[in-house]
Amino acid sequence: MSTLSTNITAGFDVEKVREDFPVLKQTVHGKPLVYLDSAATAQKPACVVEAIRHFHEVDCANIHRGVHELSQRSTAAYEETRAKTKKFLNSRSRNELIFVRGTTEGVNLVAGTWGRKNVREGDEIIISAMEHHSNIVPWQMLCEITGARLRVIPMNDRGELILEEYAKLLNARTRLVAVAHVSNALGTINPVKQIIEMAHNAGAVTLIDGAQAAPHMKVDVQDLDADFYTFSGHKVCGPTGIGILYGKAKLLNAMPPYQGGGDMIRTVTFEKTTYNDLPYKFEAGTPNIAGGIGLGAALDYINAIGLDKIAAYEHELLVYGTEKLSAIPGLRLIGTAREKAAVLSFVMEGIHPHDIGTVLDRQGIAVRTGHHCAQPVMDFFQVPATTRASLAFYNTAAEIDALADGLAKVKEVFS
Amino acid sequence: MVHELYEETILDHSKRPRNCHAMEDADRKAEGYNPLCGDKLKLFLKMDGDIVKEVSFVGSGCAISTASASLMTESLRGKTRAEALALLEKFHDLLTTDSPVTKDLGKLVVFCGVRDYPARVKCATLAWHTLKSALTADSNNSVSTE
Repeated sequence: MSTLSTNITAGFDVEKVREDFPVLKQTVHGKPLVYLDSAATAQKPACVVEAIRHFHEVDCANIHRGVHELSQRSTAAYEETRAKTKKFLNSRSRNELIFVRGTTEGVNLVAGTWGRKNVREGDEIIISAMEHHSNIVPWQMLCEITGARLRVIPMNDRGELILEEYAKLLNARTRLVAVAHVSNALGTINPVKQIIEMAHNAGAVTLIDGAQAAPHMKVDVQDLDADFYTFSGHKVCGPTGIGILYGKAKLLNAMPPYQGGGDMIRTVTFEKTTYNDLPYKFEAGTPNIAGGIGLGAALDYINAIGLDKIAAYEHELLVYGTEKLSAIPGLRLIGTAREKAAVLSFVMEGIHPHDIGTVLDRQGIAVRTGHHCAQPVMDFFQVPATTRASLAFYNTAAEIDALADGLAKVKEVFS
Repeated sequence: MVHELYEETILDHSKRPRNCHAMEDADRKAEGYNPLCGDKLKLFLKMDGDIVKEVSFVGSGCAISTASASLMTESLRGKTRAEALALLEKFHDLLTTDSPVTKDLGKLVVFCGVRDYPARVKCATLAWHTLKSALTADSNNSVSTE
């Protein structure tokens, strides 16, 4: 291990953290697993696995309807996650937090309810050039239905949004601005506070896709003044199939419901149905109770370590990884924003990302290869795909060394 | 280890693909696309009645998909339409089943290692799916493997 990598581990007890993740203690193809795909999904600490097991083994019951003991326990545990999320995002009230399946559903909920009610022909919706497909397609679908126009904030060669161009796109027809807090394909951290302020000055509503930000930095929706903010549980070390949509109460109250069904109603007759209050108005049907409880355990875990410490440690890993990969001849980093999360997306001259991914996999190294659900980003950089190593606080500098060694092996095979 | 997948012939054909050019006077053309990897391929066929006279391709893809397209073009020349489709079936079996490797696949047996890499089967079959599309429909077609 180099001097630099020793320094990194000195400030943060990563070995202790790794003890919390059973999945990391395995070999893949005979080599120790090096998991560098946390932007796709983060690994789960034992406490999250245990919380889900405990629910299924001890407290399992449906929520919000039973008077019996188990139902009360499961309701309390599930709703406790809403309270934890209120602290996690610093929202004003728990009523502003809607359980959804994940970020994708969060965006679709807003497009399908707020969008259908407020967007008309001739209106404009602004997204950015670095959005994930899940923050492009729902808006395209809304535009198709309403006759609104989709406009795109361009980026520069580093993968940073060009705010001067954004300013020119804003006008009286702009209804909504929807951008990623952090780009999944490039790692760029966007200046969302400024983006939101500019949108508000133009009278537009804002939605922030927080899928890649929530795991890596402190998010304060009041400080950002975001109208909507959404993230996925599984990227913050929680289970899949659960996520959160934050919305300002004023907006949520004025929106029509999302899906109809049980739990989202107050009274139902064949003549007329009245809807439940926030947040239940948007939560039809039996939810992912185990997922919600698992998410609560994940937020506790992240908070116990501290997002400030996580962000600082991951930044050191990013600096080390950037230096290490930049030293490899023929390797080009895609996404070199000055404000960046720990994502290392790259291409190698003459070697396709899928071949890189396969050779790395045989050395126990898990990376993502492909377009990362961001085809417009690939088109912009004129590459069909990239290889992406995405880091989390349980990764080590030694694993970055393993990646660099793995890439040397890739070059050996394809030289 | 990876050398079973990236066998010498495969590496050779991925670096120096054979019959890799467009064909102006092709009788049949088809396009293949793998949305998962972004691999793209255009296939050109010149027929003499029922017999494949010339084959070429252009495209961009990984080592496996490029080598597969290259080796496919070499193995098709002189085959009847029915023989070409039969070869496709055998090739598909080679990649997806544990069936013993048969001699009539010729050079294509080098892809035997792909069966241990399920995620890469789509790469190796893209050219062949495109061939099927070119041979079985009227003319310009597009096929996608996902």
